[in-house]
Amino acid sequence: MKLSRDEVLHIALLARLGLTETEVDRLGEQLSNILENFEALQRVDTSGIPPTAQSIALQNVVSDDEVAPSLPQSQVLANAPQEEENFFRVRAVLE
Amino acid sequence: MIINRLTIHEAHRLLKARQLSSVELTKAYLERIHQVEPKVRALVTVTDELALKQAQKADELIANGDTSPLTGIPVLIKDNMCTKGIRTTCSSRMLENFVPPYDATVIEKLNDCGAVILGKSNMDEFAMGSSTENSALFVTRNPWDLSRVPGGSSGGSAAAVATGETVYALGSDTGGSIRQPAGFCSVTGLKPTYGRVSRYGLVAFASSLDQIGPLTQDVTDCALVLKAIASHDSRDSTSAPEPTPDYTQSLTTELNGLRIGVPKEYFVEGMQAEVEKAIRAATNKLEESGARVEWEVSLPHTPYALAVYYIIAPSEASANLARYDGVKYGFSYQEAGSMWEAMEKTRQHGFGAEVKRRIMLGTYALSAGYYEAWYLKAQKVRTLIRQEFDQVFEKFDALVTPTSPTVPFKIGEKVDDPLQMYLSDVCTLPINIAGLPAISIPAGFADGLPIGMQIIGKPFAEETLLKVAYAYEQATEWHKRKPNI
Repeated sequence: MKLSRDEVLHIALLARLGLTETEVDRLGEQLSNILENFEALQRVDTSGIPPTAQSIALQNVVSDDEVAPSLPQSQVLANAPQEEENFFRVRAVLE
Repeated sequence: MIINRLTIHEAHRLLKARQLSSVELTKAYLERIHQVEPKVRALVTVTDELALKQAQKADELIANGDTSPLTGIPVLIKDNMCTKGIRTTCSSRMLENFVPPYDATVIEKLNDCGAVILGKSNMDEFAMGSSTENSALFVTRNPWDLSRVPGGSSGGSAAAVATGETVYALGSDTGGSIRQPAGFCSVTGLKPTYGRVSRYGLVAFASSLDQIGPLTQDVTDCALVLKAIASHDSRDSTSAPEPTPDYTQSLTTELNGLRIGVPKEYFVEGMQAEVEKAIRAATNKLEESGARVEWEVSLPHTPYALAVYYIIAPSEASANLARYDGVKYGFSYQEAGSMWEAMEKTRQHGFGAEVKRRIMLGTYALSAGYYEAWYLKAQKVRTLIRQEFDQVFEKFDALVTPTSPTVPFKIGEKVDDPLQMYLSDVCTLPINIAGLPAISIPAGFADGLPIGMQIIGKPFAEETLLKVAYAYEQATEWHKRKPNI
């Protein structure tokens, strides 16, 4: 299990994670090593075994559709890196 | 009377009898923090003013006879639980200046009890790590040996309880992050059953594994804190509707007829001989208290737990941490041109090495072409691990293992080798995978360094865990030993 440089860059793109050249090399090596060690997982017989997403499973948890107060705009925007006229300011999505 | 060595139940008695005020108690702890912090560095934020205000309020409650076991008692909160108006950093550059607009449910519950919040404790960034060395802010040191790690990720909480910088603390546990540092610092740490304590307001790492729990100086305190923070919460859809018993009722020294198993797979290759010896001695003590202990119990899929955990937890983390895009809150890289560049640079500079490693690992395991081979496969083996525990618990009331294969390691010893670091959680990870409750209690020392014993129970059987832990604690003196600092 050896991750190529292109694979590392592809995963980084999927995760929208900027990496330096050194990080690309180091992560490629470390992830390959980790996955190699986890290969044993592939040998476990799981035929007919359902997956577990959550250990103590509850089903159909719904809440009543009730009107409740929400945080005031000023508090919601208090941590915003950039805001404008009571909105979060973002860079252009379509250029 | 040494104020900084009081347990919750001792301090409560003194407060109620008006022999001590919450303000006096709080001042003693703030003073201790300022004395110890230059050496240990367990706290990210000290909330002196707020603590003294809360202490004054608590003294008024006590004067009116309106007390609960936690009223007026100082507590420290791991820095991944949202505290309204108090910076919550997750020990990350990403959230270094984040001030939550609301309280986590556990904080609301502590406030309702009249608790006194001393501050926020250091941790591995986003709770990813086993040594608190992954904090982007600073490294916390083990109070038993300052050249060693306190464990992680709740290393600040565990170290501060051990030094007497706080009476107790809250931590969170995704793969051992309460129990492993509790073991490394010789304090008591409980990870409740998944769903027992609300995760609302806990910064998400791996949502199917995360649980909040107490770190305390003894088992009685652990029972008191669990009672105060556990409850069903409609704001956490995974919160369990189970009733919350009065856990102190289960604390007896009689274990007559209780069946305890010791799973052999937990005595892994590379386990320190003194650790195994301490657990053997501890099981003898449990037998003297009336329990029937059986060695050679088998949980054959245990060796796969490490891989299952390090596929599932990073996968969930990669999804949970997608929210850090520099738009609504947190660090934001401003010099970039395009939207995508800004997002990538924000994440590049905001996250540390271990967080990036896990985002990459998780993204890989979830990506097209690898999802079935890795993520789905891990989820299926997770089922096998769970079923195995179910079967063993048909014959046993509790299981006993070491909390960690070794005593605390040196700072810097494992930082460059992620796999070696991951292995220090090998005894605690399977419990989160199965959603079970488990406690770590002090069980001895090797060359002056702490050894922890883990007790594992059935889902929602925290009472059994606390009972076994209490019986052992009352038969030993380990929990009374404190680091000389």
